[in-house]
Amino acid sequence: MGDKDYILNVSDRRPEGKYITPILKGLAYTLKNFFSKPITIMYPEERREVSDRWRGLHRLKVDDQGKLLCVACGLCAKICPPQAITIVPYEEAGGTRYPKEFVIDELRCIFCGYCQEACPKDAIELSKVYDFVDYERENFIFDIEKLKDPEKYIFNSKKIA
Amino acid sequence: MLEFMTILIIKTLVAFTVSLLIVAYSTWIERKVLGHVQLRHGPTRVGFHGLMQPIADGIKGFFKEELVPDNADKPLFLIAPIISIFASVTLVVLIPFGDTVTIMGREITLYLTDLDVGMLLILGISTIGSYGGIIGGWSSGNKYGVIGGLRGTAQMISYELPLALAVIAVVMVSGSLSLIDIVNSQTGLWNIVKQPFAFVLFIICGLAELNRTPFDMPEAEAELACGFNVEYSSMKFALFFMAEYCHMFVFSALVTTLFLGGWHGPFVDGPHWFFLKTFMMIFFCVWERSTFPRLRYDQVMSFGWKILLPCGLINILLTGLWMLVFNI
Repeated sequence: MGDKDYILNVSDRRPEGKYITPILKGLAYTLKNFFSKPITIMYPEERREVSDRWRGLHRLKVDDQGKLLCVACGLCAKICPPQAITIVPYEEAGGTRYPKEFVIDELRCIFCGYCQEACPKDAIELSKVYDFVDYERENFIFDIEKLKDPEKYIFNSKKIA
Repeated sequence: MLEFMTILIIKTLVAFTVSLLIVAYSTWIERKVLGHVQLRHGPTRVGFHGLMQPIADGIKGFFKEELVPDNADKPLFLIAPIISIFASVTLVVLIPFGDTVTIMGREITLYLTDLDVGMLLILGISTIGSYGGIIGGWSSGNKYGVIGGLRGTAQMISYELPLALAVIAVVMVSGSLSLIDIVNSQTGLWNIVKQPFAFVLFIICGLAELNRTPFDMPEAEAELACGFNVEYSSMKFALFFMAEYCHMFVFSALVTTLFLGGWHGPFVDGPHWFFLKTFMMIFFCVWERSTFPRLRYDQVMSFGWKILLPCGLINILLTGLWMLVFNI
């Protein structure tokens, strides 16, 4: 079909004859919207509730005495697809193992949740924190202290600005 | 004489301050209403419900970099926004805000001038405003700008005529070109009842004259990337913007004056009725913008020439016959 046919088709298109009612219907619709509550939320003061299965920043769980559950077996580091986890183990005299260093590079992490699945001790889990921001790359490298409390790193507009 | 001059200067200052404040805040109204129609909030961060947003925008406008394209026609490029804002701000002079009030024993009229040919002057000056957009688009050395300017020209010619025809019908009923007389002739019955047809015609043509959405051919964000003001930045862009909103305010005030009875209203007559009606018209301008999609360019042209112009002529004819038969 050439250009000419197309132009002919366009000019052949005759108006259907309804003008006033659709215009009024449209105006009524927008007016109804104007008086209804906005569906957007005022982030960061308001937040949308996320699923319980949400995969956000990692948390290293602690027991009642505040000791890490992690035994530094290294399974999470092994299974981690982008190799974001680095573990340096430390063995006490009684044969108990603890991680001396447990570092997660949150910029490398793809939040797949394999570490959580692989962990035999249920020592690591993914929290619901999804909006950690910072100006420096170094601050995205999380050590044990930071990993214990990821909720501290929820985005706070006042702190950043 | 001194007293007269002082009163006049104070009146001018007050009228222009109020008008420009309304212009600034109609941008806020526009963004807020558009937001709520689209189930959003609109501006909320600057001040209470974003009320300081126009001021923040103004400050931002002043500090932005001023760019003039290499292949622009520099003098014309610089003068275009000035023409635009000049025309729309000048129109404020002719708007009757209210009747006379007595302040400190002096009779003070709440309008700046009462010209015998006020309506004619308004039609003339508002046409000059379109030159701002046309010259701006043409001189910016940008193809979108040129197309926007050309569309502005064509649209101005085709919508100025039915607009004037709608006004003529009102003038026939009121018997005067002075805006004060037109308002005073509507004491009992507003012109919207006497001339409903002219009212619709005036609003449609006025929206086209304002370059508002169903007829925003010179701007047409989607097709022309903002049309005539593509190359403008900083305060020059803001001047175009202010001119547009000032024109919107003047248009709303004109609809109020010509059809909705100006400062007349139930209970107490006064400027509060004028401002209430004007704000309702501004709200209408935003509301219809959020509702209608842009017309195709040839549809705009054929609508203007084939439908609105004959309608305007028929309306004048019928009004004349009516007046002849009932001997008004």
